Amino acid sequence: MEALAISKNIEKQLKTLTGAEAVIQSLIEEGTEILFGYPGGAIMPIYDALYKHQDELKHVLTRHEQGAIHAAQGFARVSDKPGVVFATSGPGATNLITGLADAKIDSTPLVCITGQVQSSLLGTDAFQETDVISLSMPVTKWNYQVTKAEEIPAAIAKAFYIAKSGRPGPVLIDITKDAQFASLEYSYRKCEGFRSYNPSPAIDINKIEEAAELINKAKKPYILFGQGVILSKAEKEFRSFVEKTGIPAAWTLLGLSALPTDHPLNVGMLGMHGNYGPNKLTNECDVLIAVGMRFDDRVTGNLSRYARQAKVIHLEIDPAEINKNVHADVPVLGDARKSLSLLMEYCHANEHTEWLERFETLNRLEYNKVIQDELHPEQEGLTMGEVIRRVNELTDGDAIVVTDVGQHQMVACRYARFKQPKSNITSGGLGTMGFCLPAALGAKLGAPEREVVGIIGDGGFQMTLQELGTVFQTQAAVKIIILNNQFLGMVRQWQQLFFDKRYSSTELVNPDFVSITKGFGIEASSVSERENLDGALKAMFDHNGPYLLEVNVEKECNVFPMVPSGASVDEIRLE
Amino acid sequence: MKKIYTIVIFTENKIGLLNRVTSLFTQRHINIESLTTSESEYEGIHRFTVVIEEEKERTLKIVRQIEKQVEVLKAFCFADDEVVSSEIALYKIKVDESTDREALQSVISQHQAHFKEQIEDFIIIEKTGLKLETHKLFKALQPYGIQGFVRSGRVALSKTISTFSKHLKDLEEHSKEIISVNQ
Repeated sequence: MEALAISKNIEKQLKTLTGAEAVIQSLIEEGTEILFGYPGGAIMPIYDALYKHQDELKHVLTRHEQGAIHAAQGFARVSDKPGVVFATSGPGATNLITGLADAKIDSTPLVCITGQVQSSLLGTDAFQETDVISLSMPVTKWNYQVTKAEEIPAAIAKAFYIAKSGRPGPVLIDITKDAQFASLEYSYRKCEGFRSYNPSPAIDINKIEEAAELINKAKKPYILFGQGVILSKAEKEFRSFVEKTGIPAAWTLLGLSALPTDHPLNVGMLGMHGNYGPNKLTNECDVLIAVGMRFDDRVTGNLSRYARQAKVIHLEIDPAEINKNVHADVPVLGDARKSLSLLMEYCHANEHTEWLERFETLNRLEYNKVIQDELHPEQEGLTMGEVIRRVNELTDGDAIVVTDVGQHQMVACRYARFKQPKSNITSGGLGTMGFCLPAALGAKLGAPEREVVGIIGDGGFQMTLQELGTVFQTQAAVKIIILNNQFLGMVRQWQQLFFDKRYSSTELVNPDFVSITKGFGIEASSVSERENLDGALKAMFDHNGPYLLEVNVEKECNVFPMVPSGASVDEIRLE
Repeated sequence: MKKIYTIVIFTENKIGLLNRVTSLFTQRHINIESLTTSESEYEGIHRFTVVIEEEKERTLKIVRQIEKQVEVLKAFCFADDEVVSSEIALYKIKVDESTDREALQSVISQHQAHFKEQIEDFIIIEKTGLKLETHKLFKALQPYGIQGFVRSGRVALSKTISTFSKHLKDLEEHSKEIISVNQ
């Protein structure tokens, strides 16, 4: 009996498959249930192998490879799984580059598989041949070209391991067509580590003690949190840490939703269009505790005048981020969840009432000067802010909000309310216009039980609007709101403020978005008046299935506050 | 202040890794003065030696970025006084009846270089040393008519006891640990 079991086991472990079948089996072994892609010549054997596994492995046929990779990013950001992408060689592969760069800079785990011309044709400028390994090298965490079928299981195992572990990121496996056709003795073993990759550095307890000592003595401590909190699944530990120490905490664009927005210690947004208090007081705090964030230039403004008075504690998993932009007096290398758990033990329970009031005072000032008019405008035209406010109210802060890039993104991130983590999906580091529509689709497929609202500008929408076709085909019930100001609004704002209103190529003459959307078979409507906004939003949310609402907003609104380029964070302007 | 730094990188022997490493320099607009790759004293591990002229802080930052790459085992950075380094230069000189062979021989001896080979009307001279020294010989040979000149990238070994073998042992132990924990 036992012998039979063993031989069955071996049978299960070792079977003859084609390389293409091995790709599909390996993906199933890694728990992949859904993937995004676009077929073509060099990846046809893999698509053929997929055909037999459609029940286990759902393939979403996007309308462009860029759509596929952004959808995979949206999927990965809301779920705990890497996004998986298929694309063919040549243009299929090059169309992934923007998404790879976006995922690299925003630490999103992706496994991209591209077909490649057969190995005997490599370097001959064959039809649809492109050197995707060299092209994708600076925008992937790791990449690898497979030319032999027997390498496939191990390459895919390594790809998943690298994409997910440590600081996550995109990986790309390029598989020649002959390797897809050839046979191998298939067995699969998940990758569990190898010597030239140390994803999770051991935590130095001395650094934890040093950090705790600084925190315990601090009079004006201040926490900055980034996506590292979400990526290490440290939301609970982070919240406990914040509550125990009573330290005000502000978020980066990608840190948003790691701590509920209405938490009393959540003081708001950092950076160029962040909140007034969090920026101003960066240059007043005595101890700055950065958790899973990388001091991006949009957060720090002028580095030579950034938090010079403060001792900096930096909790970070990526050693290359330590001292990259801001010197860390106490670097705490390691996974944020583990570091925070340890740090909490050493930190005293505390309150910083007066210090917290400073944030409240400054934020009240911002409310009176900026926020009130944005959320409750008295002028005739609709503002972006009031749309976001109504979305918050109608979704009760439970929705996933996916944004594109530009003014609407800043407004949405400033004003959206979140109760749950993994709810804010945006292109942060790269600022990729066209991200939202496919990412919202991917997010909905990754979290079908949640309401997914995509907020897009009229410019960004037109960069990937072909993905309405994918939305129609999948019937993914995304709710898309175009905040249409008939401008490339953020560029126009800069032209107004810094280029004497020379509106060079920023005015858009737009098509009829409602007709376009209806042409794709998706319900859509448009609204321009305040009294109709509520009804229009309700109709969108009540609709069973995907829906697009165009909201025509004021043409020339500006996003404030603003830290002008080159200025210090405490030079933040309210108008 | 910019100084010459020698960056020594230990890597797995993988196609494309050199490209991945050099693109980090390109991204930061740092010119590579010289670059050599070879096996190292450890089986299956390659050594890249990269020479750049850069400020210390920027050099340290790029070293951390290099070390972060998957399949890079370790990267070290050395100032000039911390390494013993060398380069090889080859010089091609035309010789005929008019060549003062004795004088040429004396130049070669003075510079501690040597005849590598004579091919028809040419001789190839080889000189090992620092860039300054190979350059001096270049100047000295110029009157004889240099028909060809090439200098290799720098190879360098640190003056301190290598910490890499311990590091490698730790890495191997650590990856074993990961595997046993996960099993």
